Amino acid sequence: MIEEHPNLIQVNEICGSNIDFKTKLIYILKSELISEIDTYQKNLSLNNYIECAENVHKLKHKISILGLEKSYEIAVFFEEDLRKSNLKRKVEFDEILNSMLAFTADL
Amino acid sequence: MNCIIIDDEEMARTIIEGMISNTPQVMLVGCFSNAIEAIKFLNQNAVDLIFLDIHMPGFTGFDFIQTIKNPPKIVLTTSDKDFAITAFEYDCIVDYLVKPLSIDRFNKSVQKAFSSNNTVIPSEAESLDEETHKILYVNIDRRLIKIDLPSINIIEAKGDYILIKTEKKNYTVHSTLKKIEDKLPGNMFLKVHRSYVINFQKIIDIEDNSVLIEKDVIPISRSNRGELMKKLNLL
Repeated sequence: MIEEHPNLIQVNEICGSNIDFKTKLIYILKSELISEIDTYQKNLSLNNYIECAENVHKLKHKISILGLEKSYEIAVFFEEDLRKSNLKRKVEFDEILNSMLAFTADL
Repeated sequence: MNCIIIDDEEMARTIIEGMISNTPQVMLVGCFSNAIEAIKFLNQNAVDLIFLDIHMPGFTGFDFIQTIKNPPKIVLTTSDKDFAITAFEYDCIVDYLVKPLSIDRFNKSVQKAFSSNNTVIPSEAESLDEETHKILYVNIDRRLIKIDLPSINIIEAKGDYILIKTEKKNYTVHSTLKKIEDKLPGNMFLKVHRSYVINFQKIIDIEDNSVLIEKDVIPISRSNRGELMKKLNLL
């Protein structure tokens, strides 16, 4: 269980006082996150682990942009594991995705 | 300096796009989610700088670099820290940005791209015409005065000021010799002494330790004499 929570510190730093840009960025973050998780789950269900590793790779940017430093490290390891068809970190990684979905749903 | 972004992630493209919009020296002319589309664009258009993601499905950033002829300056943007050594095997790569990008780090990258391109970023005080490299704007009494570079004969250091002597007029500007020297084309100007930069195309004659330009006799330091001789078309 990871004791960290998503936040918008990075997003705020990038956007500064530009509210329109922040709104646009959050909209893209939310919609792309849902789409990337969906692709990850489909590949996982089909045992396409290499493609799944690519999906995790792409998700790493969103994990880091939401300030999840420890989760990012887990994602790095999970990506490597998936390339070896190893799913031992799946539950932990899915928890990260769920916390990101819950956080962004309220934005 | 115009640029394009190549990244398969929309959020990454949006972030870089936002940072570029706050950087007046850089103009975004294209945004691509895959390298193939970018290659089509580059076949029709010239760009100075590419912000390029390494990790893209099917066709990686490195594949892209190897595909295009005469690649422009490239700043890699990636979540991987592991490719840094590989990246600098390519002469065209000027920097390596790890996501998430910070504004400060992005700005440093742009500066690197400019300096590696020998392009001067125009400042509020003075700007160099990027196309011709023949114009300099200097700030005098809150006015920007345009000076044609070929009209300059001599630039002399005067404490915190420099005296720019042109064919028609002299200008005293609050600046340093080093600063202006960095903005002058090397095929026209040369520092010949710690207090003088000259337009060597205006030299009338040269004696052992001095040159004559119009009516001014300019000293040449021993250490700069060799460089001056190399620049001249000697018989």
